[in-house]
This record gives sequence, C-alpha cells and structure tokens, in this order.
Amino acid sequence: MIGLQHYLTISAMLFVLSIAGIVINRRNLILLLMCIELMLLAVNFNFIAFSRHLGDDTGQVFVFFILTVAAAEAAIGLAILVVLFRNRRSINVQELNTMKG
Amino acid sequence: MDFSQNILSILIWLPIAGGLLLLAIGDDNDVQSSRSMTMRIVALGMSALTFIVSIALYKWFDNGTSAMQFVERVSWIPALDVYYYLGIDGISAPLILLTTFITPLVVIAGWDSIKVRPAQYFAAFLILEGLMIGVFAALDGLLFYVFWEAMLVPMFLIIGVWGGARRIYATLKFFLYTFLGSVLMLVAFIYLYGLTGSFDLFEFMNVPLGMTAQRLIFIAFLLAFAVKVPMWPVHTWLPDAHVEAPTGGSVILAAIMLKMGGYGFVRLSLPIVPDGSAYFAGLIIALSLIAIVYIGFVALMQKDMKKLIAYSSIAHMGFVTLGFFLLWSISSGTGAGLGATGGMVQMVSHGLISGAMFLCVGVLYDRMHSRQIADYGGVANTMPKFAAFMVLFSMANAGLPGTSGFVGEFMVIIASFKANFWYAFLAATTLVLGAAYTLWMVKRVIYGEVANDKVADLEDLNQREFFVLAVLAFAVLLIGLWPAPLVDMMNVTIEHLMQQIGQSKL
Amino acid sequence: MYNYYLAIVLAPLAAAIVAGLFGSTIGRAGAHWITIVAVGVSCALSLLVLNNMFWGGYESENISVYTWAVTDGLRMEVGFLVDRLTALMMAVVTFVSLMVHVYTIGYMHDDPGYQRFFSYISLFTFSMLMLVMSNNFLQLFFGWEAVGLMSYLLIGFWFKRESAIFANLKAFLVNRVGDFGFILGIAGVVMFTGSLDYAEVFASADSVAAQNIEVFSGSPWNAMTLVCILLFIGAMGKSAQAPLHVWLPDSMAGPTPISALIHAATMVTAGIFMVARMSPLFELSETALAVVIVIGAITAFFTGLLGIVQNDIKRVIAYSTLSQLGYMTVALGASAYGAAIFHLMTHAFFKALLFLAAGSVIIALHHEQDIRKMGGLRKYMPITYWTALIGSLALIGFPGSSGFFSKDLLIEAVRESHWHGQGAVYWIAYLSVLLGVFVTALYSFRMFFLVFHGEERMDAETRSHVHETSAVVTVPLILLAIPSAAIGWFTVQDVLFDNYFGDSIVVNSAHDVLGHMGEAFHGSMALFLHSVQTPVFWLAAAGAFTAWFLYLKRPDIPATIKDRVSGLYNLLDRKYYMDDLYIKGFAAGGRSIGNMLWHVGDEVVIDGLIVNGTANTIGKLAGVMRQIQTGYLYTYAFAMIIGLTMLLSWLIWFR
Repeated sequence: MIGLQHYLTISAMLFVLSIAGIVINRRNLILLLMCIELMLLAVNFNFIAFSRHLGDDTGQVFVFFILTVAAAEAAIGLAILVVLFRNRRSINVQELNTMKG
Repeated sequence: MDFSQNILSILIWLPIAGGLLLLAIGDDNDVQSSRSMTMRIVALGMSALTFIVSIALYKWFDNGTSAMQFVERVSWIPALDVYYYLGIDGISAPLILLTTFITPLVVIAGWDSIKVRPAQYFAAFLILEGLMIGVFAALDGLLFYVFWEAMLVPMFLIIGVWGGARRIYATLKFFLYTFLGSVLMLVAFIYLYGLTGSFDLFEFMNVPLGMTAQRLIFIAFLLAFAVKVPMWPVHTWLPDAHVEAPTGGSVILAAIMLKMGGYGFVRLSLPIVPDGSAYFAGLIIALSLIAIVYIGFVALMQKDMKKLIAYSSIAHMGFVTLGFFLLWSISSGTGAGLGATGGMVQMVSHGLISGAMFLCVGVLYDRMHSRQIADYGGVANTMPKFAAFMVLFSMANAGLPGTSGFVGEFMVIIASFKANFWYAFLAATTLVLGAAYTLWMVKRVIYGEVANDKVADLEDLNQREFFVLAVLAFAVLLIGLWPAPLVDMMNVTIEHLMQQIGQSKL
Repeated sequence: MYNYYLAIVLAPLAAAIVAGLFGSTIGRAGAHWITIVAVGVSCALSLLVLNNMFWGGYESENISVYTWAVTDGLRMEVGFLVDRLTALMMAVVTFVSLMVHVYTIGYMHDDPGYQRFFSYISLFTFSMLMLVMSNNFLQLFFGWEAVGLMSYLLIGFWFKRESAIFANLKAFLVNRVGDFGFILGIAGVVMFTGSLDYAEVFASADSVAAQNIEVFSGSPWNAMTLVCILLFIGAMGKSAQAPLHVWLPDSMAGPTPISALIHAATMVTAGIFMVARMSPLFELSETALAVVIVIGAITAFFTGLLGIVQNDIKRVIAYSTLSQLGYMTVALGASAYGAAIFHLMTHAFFKALLFLAAGSVIIALHHEQDIRKMGGLRKYMPITYWTALIGSLALIGFPGSSGFFSKDLLIEAVRESHWHGQGAVYWIAYLSVLLGVFVTALYSFRMFFLVFHGEERMDAETRSHVHETSAVVTVPLILLAIPSAAIGWFTVQDVLFDNYFGDSIVVNSAHDVLGHMGEAFHGSMALFLHSVQTPVFWLAAAGAFTAWFLYLKRPDIPATIKDRVSGLYNLLDRKYYMDDLYIKGFAAGGRSIGNMLWHVGDEVVIDGLIVNGTANTIGKLAGVMRQIQTGYLYTYAFAMIIGLTMLLSWLIWFR
C-alpha cells in the first residue's frame, strides 16, 4: 500500500534534487529557474499528500495558488533573464558576480 | 510684551524657522542679486531677532534661585512618558546667551565670503543655533538626546560642503567620534529610563543608584562628553575639523559646540552619578592636566594657524573639566564652587576668545587663502587695525588679566591650589605655554618686515569685519574687567549643584 | 580724596584711549598734549597726596571701587589702598612718567608711530598706578600683567626689527615664568587666608605661618615660606633677578624713553615694591628672606660685572639697572624695606636720568649706540654732559648725591642684618654689595669717560652734525638731575628713620636693622661728613679711578687684559652663557617636546594607532569577511538553505 511516507519521500527527493541543481549547476540561469519550479512542485506534492491524508481540501486549494504564483514568477524570471541576456550577452551563472564583496 | 512663558520655545524654533525660510528663498550665486540680498537680510534679521529675544531672557532671569526658570512642559510621546520639557538655570542661561550672541556675528562674518550655496550655508547655521539652544534648554533626557544628535547634522554638512580640501576625512572623523560617544549616552538614558519609567532629568537625579551602575553610567557619559569637550586623548578630531571647516563653522564649533561637553558634565554627570563622578574625579583631573600641559607643547609647534588655535582650545577646555571635578579633592572650606564657577566662566570666555581668534584667521584667509604661519609676516604694516585686534585677542587667549581669558583660569588655579599644590602647579604652566604658543604665532604673523608681495597687498579690515571684531573685543574686555554680572548669574545655581553632588546617592 | 585717586588713575587711561583710538584725528600734537596734560594732572595730584601723607598727617585709606566678582565666599574687588608707601610710589611713577612723556616729543620726533607711542606710555602709567595703588592681590596681578603687556608692546614698538620682536617675546615669556610663581603664590594666599584683600590677609598672617603644607609627601613646609617664595618668584621675573634677568638687557631694543620709564624707573621696581608691600608676610619667614637676600646678592654682583664688557651704551645702563635692582632685593632680604624703597626712589631718578642722557647722546649721534664710536662729547653737549655726570655720581654713591644716602645706608643695613647669622648667607650678601660698589663705579665711569671724554671716535660726517639736543630733551634731564643730586639730603631722615612708612611696612622687631641704625643716625650732614671713613667711599673712588686709568690714561691696557684672560672675558661677554642655556636649552627643548608629543603622541599613537587604527582594523576585518561574499547565486542559495536547515533542526530537536 502506498502511504503518506512514500509521497513525502518522493517530495523530499524532488526537493533535494532541485537544491543540488541550484548548487551544482554553474552554467545556465534557465536551469536555475527550472530548479526553483521543481522545488515548488515538491512543496505542492506535500500539500496534496497531507490534504488527502488529513481529509482537508484546503491544502489542494493552496496548490492552485502556488501554481499561479509560480507561473507568474517564472514569467517575470524569464523576462529578467531576457533583459540580462540582452545586456550581458550571456546567461552563464559564473559570470554573474557583480555582488562580489 | 510678556512672552516669558514661551521664551525658550521661541529661542529654539525662531532660528529654525528662519533657516527653513532661507531654504525656501533658495540660492542665487550672484552676490549682488536681490534674492541674494533678501536671503542675507533674512538670515541676519532672524539671528538678530533671536539675540534680542535672548536679551529679554537675560532681563527676566532671576539670579536669586537655583530652580529651573521659564519652564515649559508638554506631553510629547505619552506612551514612553516623554515630555517636551524645557527650562534653564544659572548654568544654561549664560551658554544660551553666548549662542545667541555668537550666531549673528557668524552671519555677518560670512556675509559675502561664502560663494557657493550661501542660502543653505546660512540656513545650516540658523538651524544649528536653534538646536544648540535646545540642548541647553532641554530637561527631558530624550529631548536632550534628540537635540544633541540633530546638532551634528548641520555641522556635518557645514564642514562637508563648505570645508577645505580634506573636508570629507575631517567631517567623517568628527561625526564618527562624536556619534560613538553619544550613542553610549543614549544607552545610559535608557537604563535610567528603565529604573525611573521617565526621561525626566530630575527623576534621573533623584533615583538612588548602586556604585557599579554609577560607574558604568559615568563611563558612558564620559565618552559622550569627553569627545565633545574634547579631552585628551579623544581630541584629535578637533584640529582636523577646525582646519577643514569654513570660518563660521570653526567659530561655532569652538565657541559653542565644545561647550556641550562641559555642559553635559555639569548637567548630567555630576548630579546624576555623584558617587561615580567622585570615583573617577582623579582620572578626569589627570586628563585635564595632561591636556593643559601636553596640548600646550603640541600647540607650540603648529604651522597652521587654525590648528594652533584648535589645540589651544583643547588646553583651555582642560581648565573647564579641571574646575568641575575639583570638588572631591578639596577637603574643607570654600573652593569647590570657585572651581566650578571658574570652569563655567572659562566656557563662556573661551567661546568669545576662540571665536574671535578663528574670525581673525578667517579675515586673513579670505585675503590670502592660506592658513600657514610661514606665508605671513609683518601683517601689522599693512593691516594695523587688524593687528590691534589680533594682539588683543591673542593676549586674551594667553589669559591676560583684564580680558575674559583670565577670569576662569584664575578661579580654577586658585581652587586647584586648595586641592593639591601640584594640580595648581601644572595648571599654572598655561601662563607660560599659553603665552609662548600664542605670542610666537603673533610674532611670526603680525610683526616683522613685510614678508612677501601678497602681504604687501593686504587691505585692512572693512567695516563689516571691524564691527564683528569690535563687538567681540568689547565683550572680552567687559567680562575681563567686570565679570560680576556673569558670575552672579550662576552663583546660586552652582552653590546648589555643589550641595547636590556632595550628597551620596548610594 | 577718593575722587583724586580715581582721577590719578583714570586720567592717563582716558588719554591713552583717546590718543590710541583717535590718534589720526587729533594729530601728533594733539596726541602728545592730551597725554602730557593727563599725566601732568596725575602727577600733580600724586604730589598733593604725597604732601598730605608726608606733612599733612593724613591717614592711609583703603577704598573699594567696585566688586569685580563674588563667588563661593571669595570677594574679588578692585580698590585702592593709599598709604605712605603707595603715595611715594605714585609720586615717583607719575613724575618720571611725566618727564619721559615730555622727552618723548623730542626723541620720537619723526617716528611714524608717534601717537601710538604716547598712547602706550600713558596706558603704561595707568597700569603701573593700578599696580601700586591696589588694595588686593587680584588687582595687583592685573597691574602686574598689564605693565608686562605694555612692556611687551613697547619693546616691540619698532615691530619691523627682528631684534625688537625677539626681545619683546623673550621679555614676556620670562616674565610669565615669574608670574607662574606669582599666581601660585596668590593661590596659596587664598588657600591659607581665604581672602585676596591685603588687610585681611595681613591680619591672618600669623595663622598662615603656623601651618604646614606637604608639597612633597613626607616633607612638610612652612606655609608662609612657600607662599613668600612663590610670590618672590614673581618679583624675580618682573624685577629681573637672576636667573630670570635675561630679558632686561635685550629689552633695550625698544625706544630709549621706555627704557628709562619701564626698564629702569618703574616697572622693574614693581617686584621690589611688591615684596615691601608684602612685608607682613615676608617677615614671618626667615627662610624666604634668606632666599631673597641671596638671589639679590648674586644679581647685584654678577650682573654688575657684565656691565664692564658691554659696548652698547644702553646695555651698560641696563646691566647697571640689574645690579641696582639686586641691591634693592638684598635690602629687602635684610628686612630693610625702607632702605630698598628709598633706593628705589633715588634710583628711579638717577637711572631715568642716565637713560635719557644716553638717549640724548643717541639722538645727537643719529641713533648710534656703540660707545666705541663715541668720545669727547663733553664740548658738544654740555647739558647732557653735566646731567649725565650727576647721574653717574649718584649711581656710584658719591657723597652728597641721592645715591650716596640710599646706597650707603643700604649697605650699612646689610652689614647690620646679623640675624641672618654669620654664615654663608650673611657674607655672600655683604661682600656682594660691598664689592659691587667698586664694580658699579668701574662700569659707570668707563662708559662716562668713553662717551664724553677722550678721543672723538665717530666719523667726520657725524661729528660735523653733533650738537646739543633740543629743549624737550634737555629740560627733563635737568628736572631729573635736581632730585638725583639733592633729594637725599632732606628725605633720608624722614623716609628711613622717622618711621615715615608707618603701618604700611611691618618689620619684625628682631629684624629691625633700620630702627637699630636710627639710634646712631645724627642727620644727613653727619652721614655726609662720615662718608670718607667708610669702605664704600674708597671702593667707589677706586672704581672711578680705575676707570679713568684704564680708559683715559692707558687705553691699551684693557685690550691686553682682554687677551690675557680671554676665558673670563668670553664668560662675561656671553653673559655667563645664560642666554644660550635659555635659548638652546629651554626654548629649543620645549619645541622638541612639542614636536615629539605632536608627531609621536597625537599623530602616531592616538590618531595612527587608536583612531585610524580602529578604522583600519575594521577595514581589515571586512576584507576577510567579504571573501564569503562570492557574488554567485548558487552560494547564496546554498547558504540560505543550510541556514534554514539549521534553524529547522534547532526548532525540532533543541526546543
């Protein structure tokens, strides 16, 4: 029987994968954005799992909110990325270190 | 017309309003334009009006009581029990008069020598004047602190905008030095607030405090005030600030802002933490004596006139702190009050003399654009009137009897002899050192053959400069020949203060 | 009399202010008229006061003019104490001042600073009167410093000359060293008596003498000794006693009238006056009196020797002044205050006379001051010659002259001051004043002969122009010559022996040498007739004869002596290396201390190490910290996540 912990395990794996993606990936900014989306999906996964487990639908409603916000965020992120590319001619993460102290 | 109920508020807010009005009028870099003239007249009018109001303050002031006069008390931040609480006694009144007296002179002195943003320059001075009066009049800890810190801003701008070449370094040094000290003062206030539930200074004075608390509070106050005075070894901001500041800035800085430190000691340190003050009195006396002797030697070797006067200010302010902290070294009889009175007189007198000295240097600087002693020589040949004033103020700076510079030093030396022979011995070295550094400068700048073509082309004082210096000379001589009006103003208050701090708060 | 006193003091002040501030309006004649009239009024009223005191039997008056300040139980007032001592000083000061004012018209005739000069000397007269008429220590100090200021301004009157502005700074600073002691002395007076008023202080003098003060822990000093020595340090500065005498010879860089007025007749005697005024205090401390007498003796003898090798006419007289001030100080130390003041008075006349005569010579020779370039002036300048002769005779104490009475009795008093014991102090004092007589005669007649007799050593151009100076110069000379010659005859008995000073000078009965001498005194004529039997007379005669022999008869001998004992000559010529000690030792030392404290103390330690050191440390710390700040998104994200994880773990497991 597939129980709550299996869902949570999957979610955790997705989450860790996305972190690894953020930290290890040093080339492409788009990949970074995708990893963030993946992180959100992991969270959504948790929401649904708990919603089902507790018999409360509120969690699923939240998932829709998060998806909407994530979509908006992705749009803005990509827009920034395009502007960035226009200015710098690159989306290489390792070249983006203006904030270096 | 009786406006004695609100006279302190008027004195504080009138110049500030004047400053805002000047900002509204705005700048015109053409000195001759009508807007430029209006702006100057408003600046002078506002500062003169403030002075006239302060004369009424002097008239209504009652020498016979040590209680606060002209008290105003309005709730300001009810949640924290903070009041807009003003009032003056014999300690603050002379300093307020000094402030209102010096500011119009600074405005006249800067009449057309400021070419860049003159309206903002005058506005800064007027706002500063109001804030300084606020410090002297505030009786609520938080209000005091607000005025105290706000005062830094105009001065920061005056040095930073209209200053000399290294103005940024100087102004930052000035700001950081003073700010570091005053933040600790705020901590002390908050601690006291925690004990009393109020920021009322009288509550602070009445609350019993343990020895450790007193020591810590004293250290916090000491850092705030020692920097302002400035005492050795936290004095190094002063020469830099003075050298870079424009003439008016130097005058206000030396004449009034340094007095904040001395005032803080009398108003806060001594009555709030008497036992802490007693504990640290030896330290303060030692630092004051070091300031007098050490700085006297340092001043001797200065090559820059403003730096020399700045150093001499430190030495003279040493007498102030020395006088205030003699109480515990004097075993019996009179003397403690004499020292404190001497310190107070010295503050007022130093305000006049150092202000005048900086104005004298300003007069030369306006013509030659140099403050280096080596660039001058034989100025008396081309500027006889100026030379007469410069020699007079130099003599006052050296503490000649008959000038105000003598009164405070004399009282403090007498009081310190009662405390300990060696205190008086070291303090009296200023007779030799003060004369040496001041008159050596006079010799090199004023006397001798005309040193170079630039000196040969100097023009003597114009009417405006003559007026400013003459007014100051009159004040210096008046206090020197007849200090009784000034001394009478503070006698009762100081007597009361001495009783107050003679009682332990443990 | 109160109004008279006020007028005496304020007339010169008012004149000085008018001449100083409105000099260009009233013109040269206006400036000298207004000041001369004012000082004349002052002088006339002072003589009236003296007359009242001397013959009118007026009581002394102690008047408060106004309250300067009162604080903490200490009254500081401005007031007058006019007693017999004061009256005498007032008369001397105003009379000499008046003479100098008149003389100045001639001396400063074509100086551009004419009005300024008159303003200064009038202001000086005011200051000096404030000093002598004071009834309290505060005003005494005011007058004390004010005459110092005027001396500073007048020495540096020709402010373009480097020598003048060097000398005035030096004079002021050396005086300030004295004042340093003086103000401590005043502070001591206030500490022990609680008052600044003479009358109150003197009334409680006995209780002061009964107290001790531990200046160095473990060695209690008598309070009175300490106070008196501190006060005397002030007198040493103002009255140029060794080792604070160095400023007086240099002060000759000022115009000659002020050398006569300030640096011979009045200001330099302020120290003598002050000690006499403080006699109720000094009498209570024999230690202090011993210090006074030794310092005076050293000054009297050793500065006199320096006069022999000087070649500047004014400097010779300046060293003579130092030596005579030493004499007065010795008299003070011997408790013969009356003798000191009497010598002060006669000295004021004859020394002012000598200076003005020297000034007359200087004018005639177009500001030549070197006596090696003078000579034979007798026939060109008869009035100057005869008045200078009177002055010189008075200086060496020629029988009958004013100097004879004062100096002879002064030396007698020192000889009688046995209570100093028969030890070193007594013999130093007595031998110094005795041998000083020979030295005095030697240097004064050396100068006199070199200037007025012998071969004419000036150049031909100058010689053709030499003539007697104008009446404004010679009239003061004559008017000063009269008291120099004659005043001793009819004042000596009154001033010294008939208790003229009354209460104004207090002498401990054990020290009362003058009273003791008075018993053996039979009038001035007897003293005059007795003079040839005293060693003083023969020493003076020997000195004058030696001068004649060495400088007129055999002028080659001095040069030989100079070569033979060049070590001694150099010692004298370099003024015992005192100037070198002060300039290279103290002044240069002070400057190096200043430099060291400034560059090392302020710049390196405080600013470098502490202030900017703090800033640098913060900067360095930040330099390390910023390495963490890589600028890469992934590091930030990772740090954030790690932080979040740690926070969560803490919440879960440790809460």
